Amino acid sequence: MSDATQTGPVLAADGRPLKRSLQRALRAQKMRALALIAPLLIFVLLTFVAPIADMLFRSVENSIVSDTLPRTVLALKDWDAKSGELPDESVFAAMAEDLKIAEAEKKHITLAIRLNYQTSGVSSLFRKTGRQVKKWDVPNDGPYMEKLLDVDDDWGSHELWRVIQTYSANYTPGYFLNAADMELGPDGVQQVDDSQKIYVMMFKRTMFLSIVITVSCIALGYPVAFLLASLPLRTSNMLMILVLLPFWTSLLVRTSSWKVLLQQQGVINDILVWIGLVDDANRLVMINNQFGTIVAMTHILLPFMILPLYSVMKTIPPSYVRASKSLGATNWTTFWRVYFPQSVPGIGAGSILVFILAIGYYITPELVGGTDGIFISNRIAFHISRSGNWGLGAALGSILLIVVLMLYWIYDKIVGIDNVSLG
Amino acid sequence: MKLKTLMLSGGALAALAVSAYAAGHGNMAGSMTIVSWGGAYQKSQINAYSAPYQAMNDGLEVIWDESSNEAVAKMRAMYEAGNVTWDLVDVEGPDATRLCDEGLAMEIDFETMLAPGDDGSTPADDFGDSLINDCFIPQIVFSTTFGYRTDVEAWGGNAPDDLCDVFDLEAFPGKRALEKRPKKNIEWALLCDGVAKDDLYDVLDGEGGVERALAKLDTIKDQVVWWSAGAETPQLLADGEVVMGSTYNGRLFSVIEEQKQPVAMLWDYQVFDFDGWIIPKDLPDDRLARVLDFVKYATDTQRLADQAKYISYGPARASSQPLVSTHADLGIEMAPHMPTNPANAQRYLVNNLEWWADNQDDVETKFQAWLAQ
Repeated sequence: MSDATQTGPVLAADGRPLKRSLQRALRAQKMRALALIAPLLIFVLLTFVAPIADMLFRSVENSIVSDTLPRTVLALKDWDAKSGELPDESVFAAMAEDLKIAEAEKKHITLAIRLNYQTSGVSSLFRKTGRQVKKWDVPNDGPYMEKLLDVDDDWGSHELWRVIQTYSANYTPGYFLNAADMELGPDGVQQVDDSQKIYVMMFKRTMFLSIVITVSCIALGYPVAFLLASLPLRTSNMLMILVLLPFWTSLLVRTSSWKVLLQQQGVINDILVWIGLVDDANRLVMINNQFGTIVAMTHILLPFMILPLYSVMKTIPPSYVRASKSLGATNWTTFWRVYFPQSVPGIGAGSILVFILAIGYYITPELVGGTDGIFISNRIAFHISRSGNWGLGAALGSILLIVVLMLYWIYDKIVGIDNVSLG
Repeated sequence: MKLKTLMLSGGALAALAVSAYAAGHGNMAGSMTIVSWGGAYQKSQINAYSAPYQAMNDGLEVIWDESSNEAVAKMRAMYEAGNVTWDLVDVEGPDATRLCDEGLAMEIDFETMLAPGDDGSTPADDFGDSLINDCFIPQIVFSTTFGYRTDVEAWGGNAPDDLCDVFDLEAFPGKRALEKRPKKNIEWALLCDGVAKDDLYDVLDGEGGVERALAKLDTIKDQVVWWSAGAETPQLLADGEVVMGSTYNGRLFSVIEEQKQPVAMLWDYQVFDFDGWIIPKDLPDDRLARVLDFVKYATDTQRLADQAKYISYGPARASSQPLVSTHADLGIEMAPHMPTNPANAQRYLVNNLEWWADNQDDVETKFQAWLAQ
């Protein structure tokens, strides 16, 4: 069988090594496939990946300070914030010059808004100083330490100069620290005051509520999916429409309907009072709290659990169940040992879908969540669209993204991502 | 396909013809994107400003974008992307100041770009205190104030007539609706904690001022439903979910007069705010000319007075006040429903915007942390 000449690589018909020509053929195929998906790939990169990357980049970007106050930043470099003394005249002169240029370009208030995130009062200080500095003949009518202190005592604030020095770098961990209830203090990283701690608690609550919502979706969705999968096609199609109908209804309409049902003067409370289960004076509080958020979001996300479960259950051959029973298993054993294990990939897919959607929700919690049922996304939305603190919003968003990716990784380790199926 | 091409080119030809005509006649044809708040307020602007203006300017198309709530963020994004699609933006005073500060709004020459008052006053005199910065063209004065239900049995026939009744759970039990933001709430809380109106911001600036306000709010915290959209309080009042609540006075007017709900106004210490236009900076010349022409028309004495026919907000011009007439559909006198009416404005507040610009990040965080406790 073996021959001395055949110890070398296997050759193709044209005399080249078979492995290499196979690779070449495959490469050509891959390139063709890549060319086919190229439009989509470019589209996704340009409209999805790039904007998100740009937004996330803002969580560390901080060049506004050194761009607007280049001279001050340079002059402040040698100042020792711990010395307890104010910076010297050269720093004040640099500040006056920077402010005069920034005022002319209308940039000083934008910078003040940025610095105001770190210490209150900069906004009015810069506005006031901007109006004065316009009239000065910088750099000839010094000394500026006196002049600036004349404009406002706050220029003598040690904290102000420390903040400018701390945030003079082009990149800052400041937003990420803020997002974790910490800040850059005089002695490095420190916890913020207890009265301002909010984000860590919000992250924990977002996790907790999302898990509760996912579990409720499994509990409610599994029996429905089971019913859909085991009924004859004609009936199950009818029922399927009932599952999909809310899916096609506006999110706001569904959320508002829950308000009508759950509020204290709402339908459910009215019925409970009418049949005498609840006293009229002590109607149940079921909305504007965590309970309201859980109920409304479970309802809204339920189809995302039922659909993957249904399509997985549809593929489980009924003959397995019959075989199990004919071998003497009880109904429960058949379900638990034969049917349920085969439906687990559906639970996995549904849970990932529901959990990831839940963690980023903000409209429903905003409307029905009251004070203890709102999510971290509500804060992100607030910072992006209302307060204008995009850096903090981006940092919160980045943390949320990292947490989701980590959970996904843990899920893959424990359950295995191969063990997820959409049918 | 062929038909479509034909129609498209036909449409383009027609458009060309119209614009050629317009160019020759100094007409303001073309399209203009105006950003506003949606709802009844935007409708009042359409009725009072843009519809009559369009009737005079054939071929002018007005596109309404209901994004005022996020105007600052969206305008920033537009300028960063270098593609500003808005021509005129309706914002509240503080947002206008912010856009002006950030250099995103155009500075207005009030004397030349706005019409003089009907009574002969200059625009600057006519608008008076409402000119809060160099970019803002005021339209209305609105107020945030309380409404209460008139049929609460537990109150024993009493009706609240003092702001501090909001904080009085014994005399006026029941749930209250307050905005899920610190502004206005902490001022009201301090007023009812014994602080004089003139000392408000001194107290807030001092040690523990904000905490003092939050402590006062703490006394009613478990009876408060927090709202984030202005439409929520009227709905909550109408449903009987709350017995009193704060919202914009125009929303309460519509619950009381248009929907005839058993609700009444509590004007005490209403908080005044201005709402008006800003023009995005660096618009191309043709768009700028169109917008300036429209704004001059839409903010003249008669137009501002006309808006009060459709919604109960006070015109920002002094010269418009005597012209305020009756509601367009209901036929009732509008003057008694204006927040600026002397009977309603016996006691009022104006937010110190400078203090808020300095402290809002700090106070907002404290307030949200307090809420979440």
